[in-house]
Amino acid sequence: MKLLSFKGGVHPPEKKLTKDLEIKKAPLPPKVVVFMLQHAGAPAKPVVQVGQQVKTGQVIGEPQGMISAYVHSPVTGVVKDISKVNSSLHGMAVEAITIERTDDDDWELLPAVDYEKASREELIDIIKKGGVVGLGGAMFPTHVKLNPAKPVNTLIINGAECEPYLTIDHRVMLERADEVLQGIEITRKILGVKSVYIGIEYNKKDAINLLQKKWDGKVTVAPLRTKYPQGAEKQLIKAITGKEVPSGGLPSDIGIVVQNVSTMLAIKEAIIDRKPLIERGMTLTGEGVKENGNWSVRIGTPISWIIENLGKGFSDGFEEIKILMGGPMMGIPISLIDTPIVKGNNGLTVIRQQERNSTNCIRCSYCVFVCPMNLQPYLLDLLSRKKKYDDAVAIGLLDCIECGSCSYICPANVEHVKSIKLGKKVYTALRGGKK
Amino acid sequence: MKLLTTSAPHVRTEDSTRKIMVDVLVALVPAVIAATYFFGSSAFILVIIGMVSAELIELFIMRVLKKDKEFVSNGSAAVTGLLLALNVSVATPWWVLLIGVVFAIAIVKHTFGGLGQNIFNPALTARVFLLVSFPNAMTTWYNPINKFFGTYPTDIQTSATPLAVLKLEGFSKAAQDFAPVDLFFGNMGGCIGETSTILLLLGFAYLVVRGRIKVTIPTAYLGTVLAFSWIFYSVNPERFGSPLFHLLTGGLMLGALFMATDMVTTPMTIRGQALFGVGCGILTMIIRYFGGYPEGVSLSILLMNAFVPLIDRYTQPKIFGRRNA
Repeated sequence: MKLLSFKGGVHPPEKKLTKDLEIKKAPLPPKVVVFMLQHAGAPAKPVVQVGQQVKTGQVIGEPQGMISAYVHSPVTGVVKDISKVNSSLHGMAVEAITIERTDDDDWELLPAVDYEKASREELIDIIKKGGVVGLGGAMFPTHVKLNPAKPVNTLIINGAECEPYLTIDHRVMLERADEVLQGIEITRKILGVKSVYIGIEYNKKDAINLLQKKWDGKVTVAPLRTKYPQGAEKQLIKAITGKEVPSGGLPSDIGIVVQNVSTMLAIKEAIIDRKPLIERGMTLTGEGVKENGNWSVRIGTPISWIIENLGKGFSDGFEEIKILMGGPMMGIPISLIDTPIVKGNNGLTVIRQQERNSTNCIRCSYCVFVCPMNLQPYLLDLLSRKKKYDDAVAIGLLDCIECGSCSYICPANVEHVKSIKLGKKVYTALRGGKK
Repeated sequence: MKLLTTSAPHVRTEDSTRKIMVDVLVALVPAVIAATYFFGSSAFILVIIGMVSAELIELFIMRVLKKDKEFVSNGSAAVTGLLLALNVSVATPWWVLLIGVVFAIAIVKHTFGGLGQNIFNPALTARVFLLVSFPNAMTTWYNPINKFFGTYPTDIQTSATPLAVLKLEGFSKAAQDFAPVDLFFGNMGGCIGETSTILLLLGFAYLVVRGRIKVTIPTAYLGTVLAFSWIFYSVNPERFGSPLFHLLTGGLMLGALFMATDMVTTPMTIRGQALFGVGCGILTMIIRYFGGYPEGVSLSILLMNAFVPLIDRYTQPKIFGRRNA
């Protein structure tokens, strides 16, 4: 089998501990905390009051502005609180609605639509009302992405799942291939594209074989070399089409839209099952929790509850631990254990800290060779630390996708990504928010 | 339970600077074996003195002068000491080598800021320093003794290196004195670690397999030497000598495989590394043909070291999604 790929990248230990475990439905949590900002763009505005009864799937936050998304109640219950909640994920306090569950699900469904007859605009409207956002992690509102400013001719489904540990997309492809295909057909219709690809890393050979059989003639399955960051949007496009997304541009600039596997499932659920995005699959994994697994959980479920009830608590013998929203390469460390999960949350990885001390760069050039964006991480690190932001931007500071390959491979344990992220933030702040 | 907040990525390779240095040391074991066979126990003693003194000097600088209480050796000083020892003649007194090691570690490495900060290759700079400070000790050559841990008699005759013969007496005399097979295995006068092409290549292969080396540099370097000498050889064979002769003699193999590939003092990009190798090759041949010294590997690599910041600046990679660099 010919495997597609891109230049650079690394191959960290895969540790897909949960790849053979079926996705289980988590019990309903007694309490959820739903952020008004769990999408790229402007936060949603709460439209319920404290003390109000809400149904499962009822709108509790409405979008504000062009790029924003609806937020729905994940359970049936009573609104207990609407206030700002500190969030490790956002890096600031964000408005959230706390709902105490009083009952089993009493659904408020989305408007019915016959997807074969419905117009493009009608379908996009339902997706918008369903609060669907990109579930790969970026959480970009899907209704905006499916209405690109430029003509699009190719749809690429991202099933690479290159992060170590995470297996939820893998399981979704194996267990819910037919539903994902329905989501793809809806998306294909909306975009009006002919060619549809799905990129899957070769370590998920069972998924490649299954989809090649099941989706034959409808979607081209592109087997990808198992290499991190194969699932990064630009690297995925490069591997499959050979095209490069222009620096500072979007995939639609070269006629391509990329969507995650789980997003396709969410689109299917919104259009066909009339269910808004209030539940998603995620992997709970790592040596830090007693039981690993793939779970379907409600948005807004606190991490503490998940670890206690689904992971059955932390493993014994750990004094310090890292809870990562996402995988170990790009995951965000969560220091407030009651932080709820959000729409883009594809996994919780609970691992121990790896001992490391940064030492002098010895110019081995490993970072330059692994950088998938063809940057010079050692130099970006140096310039960012010396606060020479303009010089750093000139050599591609803003092109960095923060995949962490450079810091992963570095024998001297230099924290390139840390200084690059900080450099980007300071540079953007100094320019008043303009990139 | 304490929840940690550190920056991503949260997994790292098990690799370290020390592992890289150990790999380089392992790769130089064949060269040390060659030195011990061709130049006897004195050569082995020089190797040990070079490595141990370099480590001790670095330890002193880090612990006492730079007051770094937690400093633990990473092996980089041992590499420098070993390379310098391999770059002297067996006739070099131990104290001359010691002066060279002090110069390499204290001046060339640590006054520039220590590990990773030096512009010039410490071992090579020290070698050139010794060459101009102790010209006699550094250019007295003995023929190989061809016995492991053998000792030279006190009335040993000095000999000439192949390149010196070529320079002074022409290629027909040099080709007559040195058979290619001897040159390939290292049976000739010269620095203790530079003579055996085959064993140097063996160590180099280990580094390539381990992914420790910028392969572009030696390829470009040796390729340039071949091309350059082939052109001159076709013009005047007697004066300039054959390409093969140039490839197998002097410090070229040791230089191209182990000194021009030093991570710290070479360019960071493929294009830069190619340019660096070509520059080294041209300079080496110019010095060999037209310079005052018969050999030019050390000087050419050092000269190219000085160009590295410039090369790095002009050979930046094309950023993904941009039209030009």
